[in-house]
Amino acid sequence: MPKLTIDGKEIEVADGMTVLQACELAGVEIPRFCYHDRLSVAGNCRMCLVEMERAPKPIASCAMPVGEGMVIKTDTEKVTKARQGVMEFLLINHPLDCPICDQGGECDLQDQAMAYGFDRSRYQENKRAVTEKYMGPLIKTIMTRCIQCTRCVRFATEIAGVEEIGLVNRGEHAEITTLEQAVGSELSGNMVDVCPVGALTSKPYAFMARPWELRKTDSIDVMDAVGSNVRIDTRGREVMRVLPRLHEDINEEWISDKTRHACDGLARQRLDQPYLRNTEGRLEAVSWAEAFKAIAARFQGLGGDRMAAIAGDLCDAESMMALKDLMTGLGSENLDCRQDGARIDASSRAGYLFNSTIAGIEQADAVLLIGTNPRWEGALVNARLRKRALMGGFAVGLIGQQVDLTYPYDYLGAGPESLTEIAEGRGAFAEVLEKAERPMLILGMGALARADGAAVLAAARKVAERFGMVAGDWNGFNVLHTAASRVAGLDLGFVPGAGGRDVEGILQGAEEGAIEAVFLLGADEFDMSRLGQPGQGPFVIYQGHHGDAGAHRADVILPGAAYPEKNATYVNTEGRVQLARLASFPPGEAREDWTILRALSEALGKRLPYDNLGELRQRLIEANPVFAAVDQVEPAPWADFGKEGAMTAAPFVSPVGNFYMTDPISRASETMAQCTEAFGLGAKRGATGTDG
Amino acid sequence: MLQDKDRIFTNLYGQDDWSLAGARRRGIWDDTKSLLARGREQIVETVKESGLRGRGGAGFPTGLKWSFMPKETSERPSYLVVNADESEPGSCKDREILRNDPHRLLEGCLVAGFAMGAGACYIYIRGEYFHEGSQVQKAIDEAYEAGLIGKNASGSGYDYDIYLHRGAGAYICGEETALLESLEGKKGQPRLKPPFPAAVGLYGCPTTINNVETIAVTPEILRRGAEWWTALGRPNNTGTKIFSVSGHVNKPLNVEEEMGIPLKELIEKHAGGVIGGWDNLLAVIPGGSSVPCLPAPTCNTILMDFDSLREAQSGLGTAAVIVMNKSTDIVDAIARLSHFYMHESCGQCTPCREGTGWMYRVMTRLVRGDAEMEEIDTLLDVTYQVEGHTICALGDAAAWPVQGLLRHFRPEVERRILDYKKTQAAAE
Repeated sequence: MPKLTIDGKEIEVADGMTVLQACELAGVEIPRFCYHDRLSVAGNCRMCLVEMERAPKPIASCAMPVGEGMVIKTDTEKVTKARQGVMEFLLINHPLDCPICDQGGECDLQDQAMAYGFDRSRYQENKRAVTEKYMGPLIKTIMTRCIQCTRCVRFATEIAGVEEIGLVNRGEHAEITTLEQAVGSELSGNMVDVCPVGALTSKPYAFMARPWELRKTDSIDVMDAVGSNVRIDTRGREVMRVLPRLHEDINEEWISDKTRHACDGLARQRLDQPYLRNTEGRLEAVSWAEAFKAIAARFQGLGGDRMAAIAGDLCDAESMMALKDLMTGLGSENLDCRQDGARIDASSRAGYLFNSTIAGIEQADAVLLIGTNPRWEGALVNARLRKRALMGGFAVGLIGQQVDLTYPYDYLGAGPESLTEIAEGRGAFAEVLEKAERPMLILGMGALARADGAAVLAAARKVAERFGMVAGDWNGFNVLHTAASRVAGLDLGFVPGAGGRDVEGILQGAEEGAIEAVFLLGADEFDMSRLGQPGQGPFVIYQGHHGDAGAHRADVILPGAAYPEKNATYVNTEGRVQLARLASFPPGEAREDWTILRALSEALGKRLPYDNLGELRQRLIEANPVFAAVDQVEPAPWADFGKEGAMTAAPFVSPVGNFYMTDPISRASETMAQCTEAFGLGAKRGATGTDG
Repeated sequence: MLQDKDRIFTNLYGQDDWSLAGARRRGIWDDTKSLLARGREQIVETVKESGLRGRGGAGFPTGLKWSFMPKETSERPSYLVVNADESEPGSCKDREILRNDPHRLLEGCLVAGFAMGAGACYIYIRGEYFHEGSQVQKAIDEAYEAGLIGKNASGSGYDYDIYLHRGAGAYICGEETALLESLEGKKGQPRLKPPFPAAVGLYGCPTTINNVETIAVTPEILRRGAEWWTALGRPNNTGTKIFSVSGHVNKPLNVEEEMGIPLKELIEKHAGGVIGGWDNLLAVIPGGSSVPCLPAPTCNTILMDFDSLREAQSGLGTAAVIVMNKSTDIVDAIARLSHFYMHESCGQCTPCREGTGWMYRVMTRLVRGDAEMEEIDTLLDVTYQVEGHTICALGDAAAWPVQGLLRHFRPEVERRILDYKKTQAAAE
């Protein structure tokens, strides 16, 4: 623990720290542009110069490791002069276009210029201009503003794992460049965040708002099951942008492009009033009372076994609790929150959680990926895996689709056969797992959402047990969910009760006429044709926020709230309970979901026993005590789960075929549509005849 | 004046056979085994005693530099890298060694590499030195064939490989850490220090980077002893040095001389004097383009070594003496150097990237006199904002020539501004 003196104040810091970090600890702020906590040190902006005793020249504090007895001075005239000099150099070729720059108001250069800038320029020559670069539909470039800090280059190569951005040319001609194509990373939006100036800005957000106009609300993302912490910036009712919020154990300070940019989908395809299918088979806007009346009429005298409820991927815990209580009250056990048909065993919590936790990946020394493409199913889980892989001594084996994960892996096979091989201890990777001290496996929905999913789950459990993945305080058995609602649904028991039907059973029942009413709580991701044509199949109630597949089939539509529009609880794939906060209000007649169910329960004569959110949350805790511990991961006890049995030879296929469109919000998003096109993920469009 | 018996580079002018046979005649590779038999510590000690200072420009004590290398060989190999990327304008001394006396360098590589426990040596040569590179490669092949290097080098029982690597002609790749980057196949940009190359160098392994001349003289120092070397030159500025004299002299040349030789003697005796006579001298850049120039009066008495030139606010650099007589447009000459530094700045760190262009543009206007008087001080201020604030020494190198100009020739610059204003006024 070296001791050093900073501005006359003695401080003891940890070994291996830099002078800049030590200064921060001592409460001295050091200006910087190129230095970023999570990126390698470049030391090229020279803004962080400080004086060190016995050094003839000022030193770059970001790059200098602390040493015993160092004497650092940050407030001398020499330091100020040096920083002013650097600031002047940065500004001589920087355009003075702050009034039209989207970074304005949150620009490091602007802020530091207040401290170290001068009110006029001594530079009489012409300024440099740099040609724009194409970086895809998400990143807008104004390269003349670039100060060559190379943060974006380092982010792309180190965190995102795509070597598509670099600094070319020399001296004044040095410029950041790309391959003149969209940056092939699902994390590219973070480059906008790391850019300290307005060189890289968000393209969809261009000229939309100024930061000081925005109301900032801390919330939770639902685009995947990672539960990234986000900040939602709104102006009036409109969500203007979504930014990452620091959470070391989940997303660090990054978010995926879908999390960031799907928010324009919140303004499109919205359900803003109740609808009822009229006698002509058309959906007609009605009042809440009429909608409830229609439902009550259909439910009149309907037995609980003839009705069912399916919860979708974006549901909050509160609404699922309310729906479950309502269905139970109506005497129905036909509930399921696994609309993709994943054969997850809800009986054991350890069997469906990402037990090692996301941060725990950094402790592992070997991982077996089964039927998952973490890059698309949980972009930040993949970023963590990459981070671990870069540290070295990390063996990665993959069973499933051969995709680019941004780090090297051993490809072990496509389907269950390879899993069996590992489970029986055959093959080179089994030896690797054998030798590993903290091995882990990640089981994706591609392995579980299939007819033999329960057998795959059991095989995975056997692998975990065989290779000591569950030992002491280490639990390396991980399920990577794709649905933000899934773990909460399982925790609340939103699964078939005794004798109840699961999704497959419900759909079969609907086809056979055994199920006469189906309540879809934001469920859009299954084949709606199995519910039959409107008027022919069962009576379908859709409660949700977007006019997607479910709403198209529905007989009654109850407009709900999307994730930024409600105070809600989500549980991420680790089993971490997190609270999302209301950032804007639902459009038109739409309401927070649990209140709709509460109102409906009254119309059905089965009044739910909670009148406010607090009481409902008490009910959550009653249903499962994990809901009491917000932002904590309780280790789940190991138990038997899965069902041993025969597995088919069919290869594992990830459920995410197009990263940019996985749910009603992202499907409604124009930006995501542009990404889909830029990366060639959508259906090929036919030639228009004017395409040359 | 250096006596012939003390001359190390006996084939500086290529009059003799460069190849192994010729080299052996000149005493190179003569019982190298016994030099190595003295052991690592002894060799480093002798070099330390000799007071040899690096010939690449900075003048860092060579023996001390070698002693920074790890004493024990660990899993990580150590490397010796020879900086043959001689790109400093005015400097052309290494070139003569490379093409006319390559074996002297190779023997030095073996001895120095052995002394620092390096298992291999890389000679990084600038791409433009095509012929020189070919010569060195031939010499390496000869040395391998004769068993002088490679397995059991020179019968010493020490395994030692030497590789030649051609650069692509960027000035910045002569900076030692940028050289390492380039050698690793990356873009030539200086690294941050610390860590220093002796701890984390080539491929992350302990590395020492030495100039060609430094390495080439070490076997001779070992053979003749540190006392011989210290007897030459002045205290702390010992031994011999190759001076490259160019510019307005009657006979530009490379010459090996004692350290501390008076500049006047160097020019008059070896280079045939200044064109138009000594009184026609305007200024001298004594150590390659990076160091500040000296005005004629200083040149009368100045001694050519590290310390005396530093006292005169200049430097020995690579001892590339650029002589300018009174026919020179000194402002234009320095502006040309500014252009060079702007062109060769790697663009990595802010002060150099932005400052070199700024300096050059102001300099071009000063050549015409198209500037305001206060811009001279602005320019000087810019040079101080660049100097010492950059990652590598190129920032300093870009700033010093301008500082030298303004220190010694400010009246000339001011005169031009006034003249320009006069002609402008007359034109109106």
